[in-house]
Amino acid sequence: MSAPTPTAPLAPAIDGASRECFHCGLPLPERSHFTATVDGEPRPMCCPGCAAVAQAISDLGLGDYYRLRTARPAGAPAVPEFLREARVYDHPAVQQSFVRRLDGEVREAALILEGIVCAACVWLNERHLRQLPGVLAVDINYTTRRARLRWDDARIPLSRILAAVQAIGYRAYPYDPARAQEVLERERKSQLRRLGVAGVLGMQVMTLAVALYAGADGGIEAEYKTFFQWLSLALTLPVLTYSAQPFFRAAWRDLRARQTGMDLPVALGLTLAFGGSLWATLHGAGEVYYDSVVMFVFLLLGGRYLELMARRRASAAAEGLVNRLPALATRLTGDARAPREERVAASALAADDRVLIRPGEQIPADGTVTDGRSSVDEALMTGEGRPLPKATGDRVIAGSLNIESPLQMRVTGAGQDTQLAAMVRLLERALTEKPALARAADRAAHAFIAVVLPSTALVAAYWWQTGSELWLPIAVAMLVVTCPCALSLATPTALTAAAGNLARRGVLVTRANALEHLARATHVIFDKTGTLTEGRLRLTHTETLDALDAAHCLRLAAAVEGASEHPIARALRDVAGGDVPAAHAIVNTPGLGLSGRITDRTYYLGSPAFIAAATGRTISGDRLERLGRDGQGLAVLADGRAPLAAFTFDDPLRADAPALVAGLRGLGKSVLLLSGDHPAAVRRVAAACGIVAYRGELKPADKLARVQQLQRDGAVVAMVGDGVNDAAALAAAHVSIAMGRGAAVTAAAADLILLSDKLADLGAAWHTARKTLRIIRQNIARAAVYNAVALPAAALGYVAPWLAALGMSASSLMVVANALRLVGRRPPWRAEVRETQERFFRRPPPAA
Amino acid sequence: MEIVYLLIPLVLILAGVVIAALFWAVKADQFDDLEGPAHRILQDDDDRNPKTTEPRSTKNKH
Repeated sequence: MSAPTPTAPLAPAIDGASRECFHCGLPLPERSHFTATVDGEPRPMCCPGCAAVAQAISDLGLGDYYRLRTARPAGAPAVPEFLREARVYDHPAVQQSFVRRLDGEVREAALILEGIVCAACVWLNERHLRQLPGVLAVDINYTTRRARLRWDDARIPLSRILAAVQAIGYRAYPYDPARAQEVLERERKSQLRRLGVAGVLGMQVMTLAVALYAGADGGIEAEYKTFFQWLSLALTLPVLTYSAQPFFRAAWRDLRARQTGMDLPVALGLTLAFGGSLWATLHGAGEVYYDSVVMFVFLLLGGRYLELMARRRASAAAEGLVNRLPALATRLTGDARAPREERVAASALAADDRVLIRPGEQIPADGTVTDGRSSVDEALMTGEGRPLPKATGDRVIAGSLNIESPLQMRVTGAGQDTQLAAMVRLLERALTEKPALARAADRAAHAFIAVVLPSTALVAAYWWQTGSELWLPIAVAMLVVTCPCALSLATPTALTAAAGNLARRGVLVTRANALEHLARATHVIFDKTGTLTEGRLRLTHTETLDALDAAHCLRLAAAVEGASEHPIARALRDVAGGDVPAAHAIVNTPGLGLSGRITDRTYYLGSPAFIAAATGRTISGDRLERLGRDGQGLAVLADGRAPLAAFTFDDPLRADAPALVAGLRGLGKSVLLLSGDHPAAVRRVAAACGIVAYRGELKPADKLARVQQLQRDGAVVAMVGDGVNDAAALAAAHVSIAMGRGAAVTAAAADLILLSDKLADLGAAWHTARKTLRIIRQNIARAAVYNAVALPAAALGYVAPWLAALGMSASSLMVVANALRLVGRRPPWRAEVRETQERFFRRPPPAA
Repeated sequence: MEIVYLLIPLVLILAGVVIAALFWAVKADQFDDLEGPAHRILQDDDDRNPKTTEPRSTKNKH
């Protein structure tokens, strides 16, 4: 792979004084030193993006592009049009930003699709791509238009897959937020134009229609009637050919793919109405329905436009997560004391790079702070709004925001290896997977269309045979009034909105079925340590056994523990205060205790048995009994002669645990506590939370057996753990919930991850899950009822064509609007962006 | 009634003008942000640097 590497400043080749980017023609930024080798010459580049593209073009032997092109690409870094669908995307340097390498030659990429107008398009694309040899998995989210594609690079290159998408009339691009925005924007604008044309011309046609209707009653001279009809025809034509184009295109696509799509009935209805009117106009006899045609198109387009906006809102919160990674980073090179700064693409960072983050900038990669002290807003990972202090040695995560002062960090994970990327992948998986409910609705929608077409033909034939003039408007109404899209929309919009809402609170949904199972769970199993409790020991009591005072004993104990990461060591350090003496010659006996020398005297810290063995002195039985009751942690400090002090520890209960348990029991769920801990400790926690069913001293296999037992009895089991232990039981449960800060994201295989690490948010997730399921059911029921009522009504002639168009649009909108209730309090994408900008993006004036 | 032969072409021209205006508006991003301008009037764009006395350049970032 020949990734372009920024090298020391090079004199631009050929036209020596050129200060423009060779690829895009933008002026070079000062101190820019990006180059790419084109035609054997190093060329100056304005940014790493251009450099990567230019290098790729050159390496593919397409350097002629630069000789032949007549126009510079607009906007940097742009890929020239003729290469857009071509091999440039196979180049590793270009793939770096959006492709993830899995085992062997398997690759996974996030794509964005242009031209998806209905749920059937999703189905078509998925089916079409899945049959390509080498494509392993395709999942497309209708709401966000994003696709997750997995393929075997040894069998098929990415460009072939992209070409295959284009062959069936769509366009696929590598997902990048800016491009996604552009695609959406373009689609929105073209819809707006079509809508406008349909509206303005529609009004003219309606005016003429009023005259014609009035004339039909009051008499109109044949001359004017003919004139108005021809005029209506002329005005309807642009509406049909321009505004209604998307419907015809989609219908044609469906026909070619030999399947019944959502737009087929619409296109048929339009053709029928227009064809009938045309015939009437040409023969000067019969009714014209031009007003119905334009009305349809206008209402359907209006409905679609609103739906597009609503869907955008539903997915905004989920999308927000992805857009958080900055594009550029400041890399430090050279001497550590007087480093040189260079701006590089965030995706070009590698482990062990040193990076400078100025206040107001986002952290471009995961890493460890090496210099500086600041506070960092990690809200996107944890939902926690309060900035966290960070100093040397602390870990920072990509996408969080540096607030106060500059930080230097060493990169530990960049690009696709960051926790943010892992999170995004998990969320994406949840959003692109189709839960069983959605698949069933999709199937129903397709079957429904297959029923509508022949029944329309039958009904139309019946009315025609009775000699009624109504057969045409009735057939048209039947074709248009049915709205299978409402069925297909019901589930995905609700899920996307709910997942986005939860992500904003710090609850990550990683599986599509998670919310459904969560809502339906009958049994909730909690783990104890780290789940109901904080998983962090706290010193509860110090009992002196000798002449030394408690504070002194604490300092000695903390000294013996040294820099250990053992929970007891941390608890001791938390309270010991600053002036801990230095211990040396520390000897650790794992599981029992440690010893260390402080000013020529050896101290021991550990379990009573360890102390007894080391000093030959024991603590009296009843004292030990008293200290060790309730299953609390106990450590004894001794010197060579006698025990000095005993410390007891406990693992404090999370403050929000009892409320959550009470809430779950209030919902009628059975709450269980299964733990591997000492039964006394388990009993204490269970009592504090109000859990009746609890078991202690369970091995992982016992927990698994218990989960399976419950499932055999017909329970829907939700299991809450710390995500790392109990993997088997978590995997077996219907839905698993992992408590997790940071690192857990990559490790946990849970369906739901509580990034906020707050149990209260789990309660909120439960609430949202129930609401989601309720809304999905409502949506499906409403869509089904609407169609079941509308079709017969149209067949009997009770539905005028314009009413049919209104009904169809309204039913789609109703479903999407219902799902929008899950988005939450505020429209996130604007308010949040503006808030962030106002708070942080006012850079301090340069210290000149 | 002959007047319609004058009025209708006039109306059509008007419709054409409306459509042209709409296309221009869409192209010029007039529909881009329908909420922002309402809030913008409330925002203080105080100059952070008191030394510059000229009014801030109007940045139409879209």
